[in-house]
Order: sequence, then C-alpha cells, then structure tokens
Amino acid sequence: MQRESHMQQTQSTKWMTHGEAGLMLFFSMAAYVCAFAAPMALDAPFAFHASLAAVASGAAAFAIVNRYFDRQAALPPQEINGKPNYNLGPIKFASFMAMFWGIAGFAVGLMIACELAWPALNLDLPWTSFGRLRPLHTSAVIFAFGGNVLIATSFYVVQRTCRTRLAGDLAPWFVVLGYNFFIVIAGTGYLLGVTQSKEYAEPEWYADLWLTIVWVVYLLVFVMTLVKRKEPHIFVANWFYLAFIVTIAVLHLGNNPALPVSVFGSKSYIAWGGVQDAMFQWWYGHNAVGFFLTAGFLAIMYYFIPKRAERPIYSYRLSIIHFWALIFLYIWAGPHHLHYTALPDWAQTLGMTFSVMLWMPSWGGMINGLMTLSGAWDKLRTDPVLRMLVVSVAFYGMSTFEGPMMAIKVVNSLSHYTDWTIGHVHSGALGWVGFVSFGALYCLVPWLWGRKELYSLKLVNWHFWISTIGIVLYISAMWVSGILQGLMWRAYTSLGFLEYSFIETVEAMHPFYIIRAAGGALFLIGALIMAYNLWMTVRAGEADVATELALQPAE
Amino acid sequence: MAESELDRVSGTTTTGHQWDGIKELNTPLPRWWVLTFYATIIWAIGYWVVYPAWPLLWSNTTGVLNYSSRAEVGVELANLEKIRGDKMVALGAASLVDIEKDPALLALARARGKAAFGDNCAPCHGSGGAGAKGFPNLNDDDWLWGGSLEQIHQTLQFGARSGNAKAHEGAMLAFGKDGILKRDEIVTVANYVRSLSGLPTRQGYNAAAGAKLFADNCSTCHGADGKGNQELGAPDLTDKIWLYGSDEATVIETVSNGRSGVMPAWVGRLDPSTIKALAVYVHTLGGGR
Repeated sequence: MQRESHMQQTQSTKWMTHGEAGLMLFFSMAAYVCAFAAPMALDAPFAFHASLAAVASGAAAFAIVNRYFDRQAALPPQEINGKPNYNLGPIKFASFMAMFWGIAGFAVGLMIACELAWPALNLDLPWTSFGRLRPLHTSAVIFAFGGNVLIATSFYVVQRTCRTRLAGDLAPWFVVLGYNFFIVIAGTGYLLGVTQSKEYAEPEWYADLWLTIVWVVYLLVFVMTLVKRKEPHIFVANWFYLAFIVTIAVLHLGNNPALPVSVFGSKSYIAWGGVQDAMFQWWYGHNAVGFFLTAGFLAIMYYFIPKRAERPIYSYRLSIIHFWALIFLYIWAGPHHLHYTALPDWAQTLGMTFSVMLWMPSWGGMINGLMTLSGAWDKLRTDPVLRMLVVSVAFYGMSTFEGPMMAIKVVNSLSHYTDWTIGHVHSGALGWVGFVSFGALYCLVPWLWGRKELYSLKLVNWHFWISTIGIVLYISAMWVSGILQGLMWRAYTSLGFLEYSFIETVEAMHPFYIIRAAGGALFLIGALIMAYNLWMTVRAGEADVATELALQPAE
Repeated sequence: MAESELDRVSGTTTTGHQWDGIKELNTPLPRWWVLTFYATIIWAIGYWVVYPAWPLLWSNTTGVLNYSSRAEVGVELANLEKIRGDKMVALGAASLVDIEKDPALLALARARGKAAFGDNCAPCHGSGGAGAKGFPNLNDDDWLWGGSLEQIHQTLQFGARSGNAKAHEGAMLAFGKDGILKRDEIVTVANYVRSLSGLPTRQGYNAAAGAKLFADNCSTCHGADGKGNQELGAPDLTDKIWLYGSDEATVIETVSNGRSGVMPAWVGRLDPSTIKALAVYVHTLGGGR
C-alpha cells in the first residue's frame, strides 16, 4: 500500500502550493520594502531593524524555493499506515530556542541582579544600563523562553490529543520562525534604546505589527488542527491553550494602538494617555500573567503531569469549573496594580475584589495537578522530572495565594513598589513557569528525537536541587527586603517626620540583593546542567525504536 | 470513545474520555473548595455594598461608607500636621540661635533636618554627611564658606555658584588652561602647596621658586600663609583636609584646570522652616562653629 502511494507521488506533476507561492511572493516583497526603508530610516535602530528584516525576508523566500526543489511532488501525508503523521520539525526548533533563550534570559537576570547589588557593573555604558537590560531580561524569560515552550508544547499536545497532523504545511514553520524573529527585533531594540515604555509591552509599533501577523497564523494553525481532530471531545489542555492564544491576541491589540511619528522611524505614541493608558496597560500586564504565564502553563500541566505520572486527571468537573471561573475572573483583576493612584476608587475596588475571588479558581488547577498524583506519589522518589512538575504546581499554589493577598488594599499599601512584588513574581516565574517548563522539556526532548529516555536522570536531580535552593534564596531574600523596605518607607518619628531617607532604605537592601543574585546564579547553573543533559540526550541517547515507528517524523 | 471504568486506586469511575492515553476521573468538586469560593464571592459582594464599586452611566456606586481614597489622604496629612502642629510654627518664628538653646525646638529641628537631609543633601554629601570627592565633609570643622549657624544658613539658602543672585561666587582659577602659569611653574607651586600641610615634595623641587609663585598668584585668595579665606570660599591649604585630593597629580590638575563645584540654592525649593532645620542639623553634626 505504501509502495502504491509512492508510485502515485512520483507520477503526479510537481506544483508549488498556494502557500509556498504566496509566502514566497510576500517575503520577496517584504525584502524589497525593508531594503528600501533601511536607507530612508530616521534613526539608526530603525535602519538596523529594517536591514535585519530585509535579510530575513530574503532568506525566507530563498528557503521556500529551496524546499520546493528538494521536496517530493506530494506534501507529507496526513497519516502513514493509518497512524497520524505528526509534524515535529517546528516543535524541535521551538524547544531548542526555548532552552537557548532561557539561558540568555536567566544570564541577563543575573547580570541586572548584580548591577543592583554593585551598581558599577552597569559599566557606565548605555547598552548595559539597568534600564535597558531589565526589559531584555523580562522579555527574554517570559516571551522568548516561555513563549517558545508554549508554542512547542501546544503544537505537540494539540496533535497528540487530537490524533491528527498539525494543520498547515508552511504555517507552523512560519509561526516558530516568525515568533523568534520578533524576539530578535524586540531584544536588540531594547539594547539600542527602542521602547514604548509599557511594561511587558515594550516593543515598538513595527515589532507589534509583525507579532500580530505571526499570532493570527498561530491561532489559525491551532484552531484548524482542533477542527480536523479525530477525537470526539477537546482535551482540557487545549481549552487552556486556546484561551491563552485568543486572549493574548486581544490584549496585544488592546494595549498597542500607537501612531508612529514616521513610517521610517522607531518612535510611536500611544493613542491615549494618562490614567486611561495606565488602566489599559495593567489590564494588559495582569492578563499577560493570567493568560500567558498561567493559562498557557496550566495547559502544559494538564498534559504532562498525567502523562508522566501515568494517572488519570483527578477531576474532570473541577477542570471545567475552574477553567471558566479563571477565564471570567482574571480579566478584571488588572486594577490591583494601580491601588492608591489616580485610578478611580471604584475601579480599584473591582480589581481587588476580583483578585480575591480568583483565589479558588486558581487553586482548582493546583488541586487537579497535585491530586492527579494520588496513587503515584512514590514516583516522586525515583523520577526527578515528575518531582519538578509537582513542585512547580506547589509554587503555583503558593503564588496564587500570595497574589490575591497582595491585591488587598491594606496589604498592597505595604507591598506596592517594594521588592516583595519582585519576590512574588519570581516565586511564580522561577517556581511555577520555570519548573513546569523544565519538566515539560525533559519529557518532550526524548519524545521528539525518539530517544528511550533522558541522558541522565542524576543530572535532572542535580538541576532540581540546585534550582530549588536558588529559588528559595531568591524569594526569601525578596520577602525580607521588601517588607523591610515597605516598613522603612512608612516609618514616622514621634515628631511627625520620616524616620528614614530613601537612600538609607536603599543601603539597607544591599545584603539581600547579594543573596538574590546568588539565588539567581544557582538557577542559571541548574539551567546550564539541563541544557547539557538535553544536548547529550539528542546526541548520544539510545534510540527508541517503538516511538520512531509510531511517530514517523516527516521532516 | 472508551467506556467509563473504575479506577482501582481512587475508587472513582473515569469519564470515559481518553486522549493520547490520558483519562479523567469523575471526582466531584471538593466541598471546601466550593465553600471557600462562595465565601470569597459573598465577601466581594459585601465589599461592593460598602465601598465605591460599580460604574454607572455617568457616575459610580459610592458605597454606604461614602469612602474616597482622596479624602483618606487628606485625613492622614491633617493628622501629620496635628502631630507636627504648633511646634513647626514655633520653629519658623524662632531665630536660629534660639532654636539651638531650646531643647524641644532643637530636637524638632534635628528630626526635620535629618529627614530633609536624607532626601535632598545625601546624594552629594552622603547620608552621614561625610562628603565625597568634590563634596565637602560636613562633620568636620573645616568650612569653605563659614561654619557659623548664620553662614551655614546663608549657604543653604542661596548655594555656591548656583546661579542665584545671592549665591557665593568666586572660583579657583584655571592657571594652566588659561595660560597664567606654565607647566613647570604649576608643578612647582603644587609642590609648594603640598609642603604647606607637611606633605613630601618631589626631588629637585625649588622651594624658593614655589614660595614666590604662591605669593604672586595664590595668596590673594588663599592668604600669604595659605590659611584660606571663607569670604571667597578659598580653602585652608595648611590642614590635612582636601576636597579633591592631596596627591601631586590631583593638586596639579586643580591648579591647571581650576575648580568650581556647585551647591544648589534651596530657597524656593524647600520651605523656610525646613531650610532653618537643615542649618541647625548641619551645624550640630559636629563641626559647627
């Protein structure tokens, strides 16, 4: 039967698909337009980015033509011998980039942690100043590391749980390559001083436009894969992935309606200013946490924990209820970032109360993650990958309790603007997002490359403990320093004057900044061990014959 | 679609769905979870009744407490004014000398001064007032523009080379850059200046030539004996306190390029009683005359 189809393939005439021809045309035109824009640029960073885009577009057009000449007349089949022919190439690429950006992002984080402890380390250069490296760090870990993990796992999970090949031929590659090109534009832009100064939405208008195109294609690939699924129902992880993709699209469009000063310059101005802009910004900012860093990674949890533990998901009903409660409540919580500001009191009230109501819907995910382990707790002793996944859920539970608590106005009046916030973010970012991503990548890499198992479970164990100690150092240092800072800021003498000057509160932070940097260094070391382990798994791991036959990677 | 089956470990049935080998249990919602969720919702509704919460067409619900965060700030500031109260008025009215004589006023001025110093002066003079290169130490009794209460108050109000009409003027000339002295003369006079405070001089240094150069060029401001002149802000060169550094290279740099550090004028930026408090605070740091 296979031979027959092979015969058919060789007999049919080879044509360029509409996708190939269209994309090739699009990239050729893009290369031309960008090459034209580069010398017209009003500022050096725009010229640099236009040149970069011209080169990348040219390379993309060339790659499409090259692929056309290399490939067989027929596109890869949807099924081979009645089994889905999963598309793994783009997933491998995104997994690799996730590890690459993760290490880059953690390293920049360590760099700025050291700059805070020893300010001379900013080297007195604009490119290495804290103000430019900080968004580089946050974007690298959230969008570059986290984003690639999400794209990789979503493309994997949606195929496996729909029992069908990823929709689109070039589209998945367009998504992973286009997204990483956006990261390059955003990151180099920060270093060159290009920013629209909105936290977590720093990239300027042209990067935003490009991301919009990439994201819409991402949504289409995901939805079209769901549409052609072979399973009657949609798996819970896919609800969360879909909520993440749709909401991020809405947030991105809502927060970035900016008018460029010139189409040949990098600077733009946002459509609205003042408190309206602040409200939009934190509606965006908080839901980037809610839908990027929570919904997306809950999807990872819902696939990888039951898979690794080989246990059924604890409660189907809980997954439905907490999914809808989370989606409905999260979107209102943004104003808690603007307590005691010019934002009207009623909006502050809603932000705070919805944050508190969000507590249980968040914990629904934690319960489902942890209780899935019932009957398999013993595996935590022997499987450090599963331990990593489970500890990530514990950190998720901790930070989703801390978050609503910090959203309460009286608590916020102490915690706001202090290091406590930084500690809170990192217990979520390092503990939850970091560990669940590490766990997923540890599972994914052997599956993708058809390896029996990881190169070394012992190294995973080392990674787990080193990073856990790093996280504990980091967040406990920030708790102490944040609360100390908040108390020092509000201390009055009996005569009615401030007890401490601002500079004294800064001096008091110094030891904690050193501890924080040490914690960050440990976390980075853990990730380097992981990268080595994954590299050796791909290079030297024992091939898993059964998996290879079942998967038949098309690329 | 697979059939629902009994999971032996938990004793619960599965839903019958299955994806890539993953099944789901039919576990009901944990009761404590549901109850806590309801409790947060009820608490939120209660909060909405009490505080401003929901937007209406042209206004918003105000809540039964009629709360406003703006009014809350007003109350807090009024409380603070009450604590500071008449004492701050007394501080504003009292003369500088009287403040230092009255223990209660002195304590108040020092408390106010410390807070104001940390936020306004510490960036240059250090949080303890110990100074840095180019920024005088305020703890010692070596003063550029005078260390009496009145003189400190004057400097604080109008600054030095600040652009204010009443600011202290007068700057160290750039003897090298402006071509007044030649390079070797500058080296000689720099060594002479160092010798004034007992620092060693370089080999082959001509002491007589140094003294002559100093008398001709420097003594107008720094005095024949090098003891300085506070009227002009000319530092005493005979003590061991150096604003920019005492090593030969730095002294040569100072003589060559001159110095004109700026102390900002605080009048108009801080209120008069705060400037008074700062004057008292600095005067009582240890070096006041």
